[in-house]
Amino acid sequence: MSIFLTKDSKVVVQGMTGSEGTKHTTRMLASGTNIVGGVNPRKAGQSVKFSAFDGQDTEVAVFGTVADAIKETGADVSIIFVPPKFTKDAVLEAIEAGMPLVVVITEGVPVHDTAAFHAAAQASGTTRIIGPNCPGIITPGESNAGIIPANIAGAGRIGLVSKSGTLTYQMMYELSDIGFSTAIGIGGDPIVGTTHIDALRAFQDDPDTDAIVMIGEIGGDAEERAAAFIKENVTKPVVGYVAGFTAPEGKTMGHAGAIVSGSSGTAAAKQEALEAVGVKVGKTPTETANLMREIMQNLTK
Amino acid sequence: MDLMEYQAKSVFAKHGVRTTVGEVVHTPEEARAAAEKLGGTVVVKAQVLTGGRGKAGGVKLASSPDEAEEKAREILGLDIKGHIVKTLNIVPAAAIAEEYYFSFLIDRANRNYLCIASAAGGMEIEEVAHTNPDAVAKISIDPATGVDEAKAREIAEAAKYPADILDAVVPEIVKLYQVFLAEDATLVEVNPLVKLKDGNVEALDGKVSLDENADFRHPEHAAFADASAEDPLEAAAKAKGLNYVKLDGSVGIIGNGAGLVMSTLDVVAYAGEEFGGVKPANFLDIGGGASAEVMANGLEIIISDSQVESVFVNVFGGITACDAVANGIVQAFELLASRDEHVDKPLVVRLDGNNAEEGRRILDEANLPGLERVDTMDGAAKRAAELAAK
Repeated sequence: MSIFLTKDSKVVVQGMTGSEGTKHTTRMLASGTNIVGGVNPRKAGQSVKFSAFDGQDTEVAVFGTVADAIKETGADVSIIFVPPKFTKDAVLEAIEAGMPLVVVITEGVPVHDTAAFHAAAQASGTTRIIGPNCPGIITPGESNAGIIPANIAGAGRIGLVSKSGTLTYQMMYELSDIGFSTAIGIGGDPIVGTTHIDALRAFQDDPDTDAIVMIGEIGGDAEERAAAFIKENVTKPVVGYVAGFTAPEGKTMGHAGAIVSGSSGTAAAKQEALEAVGVKVGKTPTETANLMREIMQNLTK
Repeated sequence: MDLMEYQAKSVFAKHGVRTTVGEVVHTPEEARAAAEKLGGTVVVKAQVLTGGRGKAGGVKLASSPDEAEEKAREILGLDIKGHIVKTLNIVPAAAIAEEYYFSFLIDRANRNYLCIASAAGGMEIEEVAHTNPDAVAKISIDPATGVDEAKAREIAEAAKYPADILDAVVPEIVKLYQVFLAEDATLVEVNPLVKLKDGNVEALDGKVSLDENADFRHPEHAAFADASAEDPLEAAAKAKGLNYVKLDGSVGIIGNGAGLVMSTLDVVAYAGEEFGGVKPANFLDIGGGASAEVMANGLEIIISDSQVESVFVNVFGGITACDAVANGIVQAFELLASRDEHVDKPLVVRLDGNNAEEGRRILDEANLPGLERVDTMDGAAKRAAELAAK
């Protein structure tokens, strides 16, 4: 088991024929993802050959629309690599086609576009969005929907949710001796489709997850809200890390949502909120990983 | 990007919101000319990207061109919370009857839009919300349905705006929503929104933040950037397409990925406590690719910062493996040498992740001057802080 993504997931790639789409489709196929198609209205009916590192070629069919891809293949996950100016239409198309999970990798999507497709997803009642501006989601050994390098860590019983891509990789690397049920990068934009709370809820309900690492960063109050959620709903051990203690007020730190405004969105406030509900918060990524390792060792005793 | 008041009001005017843009000047003489042109009593307003201008003496009445010149001389050059006044907005003094508060913003927690409105205006809304929370209306806006006349009326009534301005304020609210949406603003704030003695409603002041992710559909927004206010290193980095923020410390930082770089700053500051409070000098995210050219450009910006005493390159090899990153560093040194620049500050490199061993071997073989390899993030941060303290 895992959250949101399993070995049975059938994945289509919107933007598969672009350079990022091609590169990462190759990588996803190599890590075992069941990619059943790509979407490109100008190349409908064609197929694209992907040469894997081991010399095995895979033919992936291209469909004109997401709806066609679902009809022909039963796809239930879409990954979006299209450029920012086309992202909103691509996501709306996937929502209208009834796609259950849409993973938006694209960075630089205008926040009003995200607000619009998030509202459409909510109204649909069927689509969950992950991202935008995120590395995607990986269930090691089963499926990989996005750009997380599959060779960092294998399967295990830690759940990981993070706003940051490279901190996700760093944490998976530090805990590669234990392994992960699912690791999900939710993205660093002001509005994201899946929040820390959504992932925490799913990990709490996942019988194959024993403990959870939660990585946050400055901006907004998602971590504070997650802390309140943990207090009421999460019985599994949670370890936290928050980035951005040294960030100055009013400056965007790389991620569009990573900004301290006045006294709100500070790392200190987030750490305090998490610690107040019993979450151990590491001072560095390595210390955080060590806190988790201790917990996992105690659980197996 | 945050707009100054006169820019915000010009955006309001573009969408038909009632406001007075007035004149924009940079010298006392221009202020006099503007006052002569406008006639009557004028207000001389400092244009800075911070609140509390009035209290700081940045907003003054002038009843004659002479006085406008004098007030302009007083206000130009003022330091308002670290912002030096270089630009003034001169507007005719308005006959104000009442002041209110109004704003649209992105609601991160609820992932939609929020309207905050209050009949108590002219002061900091946070203060009103604290002392008299009932006076502040917060109305959630569904991006799918937006703000039409009916919604605008609901907002105006929730804000407890007086009944006699409802007909005048409702169309202004609809137009302000158009500003928020059509300009890709993340904040549209009017404080104060005023009722004039003639019964009209007007945006007397304006604060607008624009979403830079939407610049591709707003080429005209580029004109709002205030190049003179930018830190010169930040401007140079921006010109090279680098994601750089200047900070105050002495350890230059280069890393890949926003989260990892933020974390690197923290880990350096944490390690620096041991060495008398050594702090990071900057935020610089060179992204997942970490090509030689990007690495060279990054190093160039950092070594040109005179505050920098040591440099910490912190890379986790994910999509781009460590051997590629190591080759990038080696080539960056060559590229810099070809530009007649040299890395004359000690450099601590931590490479971890995919192909880390091969990457480390490449660095060892290259034997670059002043480069030290430390293989853990915490250890490398400590070493970089130590070198900066020397």
